[in-house]
Amino acid sequence: MDLKLGDYKTQVHNDWCPGCGDFGIVNAIQMSLAEMQIPRHKAAIFSGIGCSGKTSHFINVNGIHTLHGRVLTFAQGAKLANPDMTIIAAGGDGDGLGIGAGHFVAAGRRNLDITYLIFNNGVYGLTKGQASPTLKLGEKTKSLPSPNTNYNVNPIGLAIASGFTFVARSYAYDVRHLKDTITAAVRHKGLSFIDVLQPCPTYNDINTRDWYSGMDQADEITKMAKPRIYKLEESGYDPLVHYDTETELNEKLTQALIKSLEWDTKIPIGVFYKNEIISQYDRRLTDKIPNYLENPPASQIISTNGKSVTDISRILDSLSV
Amino acid sequence: MTLTDVSWLIGGPQGSGVESAANIFSRACAAMGYQIFGKREFHSNIKGDHSYFTVRVSDQIIRSNVNDVTIMMAFDAETIFRHYDEVIKNGAIVYDSDISETTLNETHTIDNQYRTRLLARLSLKKKPATIQGVLDIAKENGVKLYPISFKTVLSSLADEINNPKIKGMVRMYNVLGVSFSLGVLKMPPKTLLDSIDVIFSKKQAVADLNKKTATFAYNYAAAKFVDFEYTLKPTTKKQNTIMVQGYHGTALGKMACGCRFQPYYPITPASDESVFLESNELVDVIDNRPGSTLVVQTEDEIAAIGMTIGGALTGTRSATCTSGPGFSLMAEALGWAGINEVPIVITTYQRSGPSTGLPTRHGQDDLLSTIHAGHGEFPRIVYASGDVEESFYDTGRCFNYADVYQLPVIHMMDKFIGSSVVTCNKFDTEKITINRGKLLDKVDGNYQRFALTPDNISPRSKLGLENGVFWNTGDESDESGHITEDPELRIKMMDKRLGKLLHILKTIPDDEQAISYGKAEICVISWGSPKGPILDALQMLRKENVDIGFIQIKLLHPFPKDYVEFLLKDVKTIIDIEANHTGQLGELLKQNLERGPDFYIIKYTGRSMTSTEIYDSLKNIIQNKAQKRQVLTHGS
Ligand SMILES: Cc1ncc(C[n+]2csc(CCOP(=O)(O)OP(=O)(O)O)c2C)c(N)n1
Ligand code: SF4
Ligand SMILES: [Mg+2]
Repeated sequence: MDLKLGDYKTQVHNDWCPGCGDFGIVNAIQMSLAEMQIPRHKAAIFSGIGCSGKTSHFINVNGIHTLHGRVLTFAQGAKLANPDMTIIAAGGDGDGLGIGAGHFVAAGRRNLDITYLIFNNGVYGLTKGQASPTLKLGEKTKSLPSPNTNYNVNPIGLAIASGFTFVARSYAYDVRHLKDTITAAVRHKGLSFIDVLQPCPTYNDINTRDWYSGMDQADEITKMAKPRIYKLEESGYDPLVHYDTETELNEKLTQALIKSLEWDTKIPIGVFYKNEIISQYDRRLTDKIPNYLENPPASQIISTNGKSVTDISRILDSLSV
Repeated sequence: MTLTDVSWLIGGPQGSGVESAANIFSRACAAMGYQIFGKREFHSNIKGDHSYFTVRVSDQIIRSNVNDVTIMMAFDAETIFRHYDEVIKNGAIVYDSDISETTLNETHTIDNQYRTRLLARLSLKKKPATIQGVLDIAKENGVKLYPISFKTVLSSLADEINNPKIKGMVRMYNVLGVSFSLGVLKMPPKTLLDSIDVIFSKKQAVADLNKKTATFAYNYAAAKFVDFEYTLKPTTKKQNTIMVQGYHGTALGKMACGCRFQPYYPITPASDESVFLESNELVDVIDNRPGSTLVVQTEDEIAAIGMTIGGALTGTRSATCTSGPGFSLMAEALGWAGINEVPIVITTYQRSGPSTGLPTRHGQDDLLSTIHAGHGEFPRIVYASGDVEESFYDTGRCFNYADVYQLPVIHMMDKFIGSSVVTCNKFDTEKITINRGKLLDKVDGNYQRFALTPDNISPRSKLGLENGVFWNTGDESDESGHITEDPELRIKMMDKRLGKLLHILKTIPDDEQAISYGKAEICVISWGSPKGPILDALQMLRKENVDIGFIQIKLLHPFPKDYVEFLLKDVKTIIDIEANHTGQLGELLKQNLERGPDFYIIKYTGRSMTSTEIYDSLKNIIQNKAQKRQVLTHGS
């Protein structure tokens, strides 16, 4: 039976502010799940804490709304124990790049087959608009008492440096592009990251929808807005690491890093970097546990009729005196 | 028949192989049929600082160390400076005579506090601050001195077996030390050689060389020192005995009861367990393909508990293992597991805090903080084991509690148990039952994760189960797991979760809640590792016709008020024994029974209790010589 878009929606009341970019992100996730026809019980959305954290309640697959900054830890635990699950982690920029930054880096080093979306709105939405780690130095969004004193984190650059093997950016109001990016990210074998530019109309009065559309930088002659956002895939950019050589790898890493620095007047979205050569974490596990994928922790039979079926006698014999 | 009860101490710089020497010694004695109780003390340092091992050997059941050392083996100066006065009259110090001129001054690893204390003692006795000085004192105390030049012995051995390479081989000192000791104790050398074979089983040439060295050294000491009154004669061997390290109980318990996922972050003294699990990650399964315990080293303890919860949500029995500092970091997620009713087990090997505290030393400081860890009110179970053997079976119980009551269970262990080496009965997997509670493997129709039920426990789905899609949140939620702030639902959900505590007390059998070892008007209460030294001390007192009862409380939260009250009904004097400063179990008692301990025997030096100390303190109480609070200090 075909699963429809509606099958992936819950009836839960949505309390995001009108016009919030988060609506677009939830829609895109639902559309992507429907497109991939992932059975509802085989998918799980893990979310952090923040406005963005509520995402898991609006999608009609397993939804685990975790702790501030810890979403990746819960998500990875579930994936490790049941590699059969399709797992999408979602959270705010404060969640993932502030309090949870250590987990971000560690997850990159593991490269589990998970997709992680950061809702990048430059602010801490749910706590009323403090600066998030992605807000630029010196910027003052409307509820900041004074301009931001920290340099910003570059999410794309950090993901690449940490070992994520699929690194992309998309835009909350370009739902189709975002849906396609999510689908590509989920289909990628390994850890994928999407930096989702998400306007927060309530607290971020700098990176607004109009700003992204370039309303402030009209063409002098045509008087038309010059959109900041452009698509990498339409600019001849090739994110894929084609060969397992140092030169190729360095070239693709450098290219992605340089691309990620483009901001003020032109902002690229699309896939920055894709590496299918670096081993996935489950491969690394099967090197030590050959039947890990056929018999992962969640599938193992541990008892019959209340009695343990584990045989520890080999070890006990070695301890016998 | 006279009883055999010998305590052997070996010391040396960290990283010099003291541990492997102790291992060979213990194995040899255990294989001979003796019971072993060994414990390791070490500094938070990798190479150079003093570490030592005491191994008590007896033909009776023993559960603790004693103060007295019967025979001390020293091949470095610090061991002698530190421990010379622990050796009893007619005991012996076997030592490397090449170090007898060493001065206290040149023994740099000794800290200033001890140096000052020792200098004062030496000057009082008018002895020089040298090895010879302290040995003189020992001799005056009636201790036998058995000097051996390790260098000379190696040299003669090298000549005898025509292998000049081993002449200066310091690596051999451990085997030499063990063999000299067993020679002095006249224990037949067969099991010594066997145990060398076992320990070096992967390197035949090394094993052979070590055996030659052992035989030579054994014969040398046995021939030279014939006046030692303590001996280890052949004894009858108990069937089904194993010799285990402290962490083997929880590690093997986890394997046996089906824990298949353990994320962890390294910390002393807890990581030994995880490393053992990972070293044995392929698990044999009866009549089936092998299973595995997936052990993942995480970036911190927050990640460790987050992953553990994630694993548990898939229906996998999942656990983590940590110690104080790591457990503190887990507090927030503990509450998440509580509100979402996720069965996880956290094994915590306590050490002395606060903060880093005494990171390689023992303590039981974390009872109250564990019971209260995390903000908000949520149910949890805190359960404590008293020794290694218990911890194997308790691990199985902890996972059952977690599954049946759907909550986090904290299994409290400590450094004393963790770094002990003991003989005990072979663990019996047959005695472990596995109860997964209301975990579903099939769902029909509408599913609600937090459905309200009469016993407050809802059927539990798992990630990946068809029709069993569910939601969790750290917010208060409705029955389906979606956020709510409705006051009426809040009451229902709080009552549901916290109502489990009463259900727990009603359904966990009494003998799993607490163990009563005989009733008497005077009764000791304790929890965790003091169990061994308490039982040994009570046995010593019983020989003097003094009867003291003992209640070991295992379920510490929810507190088994009714059962403990029943056990204490006729007790006139309560003595609380535990390894912390404030008497935390005593506090629990006061909170729950409106009655507190009359006496406290406590220790917070970071060193474990000996049965001797407890015996002495209990005697003080009986003889009306005791203060309300006796603080134990033995051990360097
Ligand atoms: C440990 C902890 N500290 C602080 C908070 C308070 N808090 C809730 S949401 C949030 C920040 C949210 O910002 P972000 O992650 O960017 O998500 P957004 O709301 O912008 O989607 C904070 C600090 C918390 N929930 N937990
Ligand atoms: S505060 Fe911002 S991020 Fe949060 S819901 Fe409102 S608009 Fe969206
Ligand atoms: Mg944000």
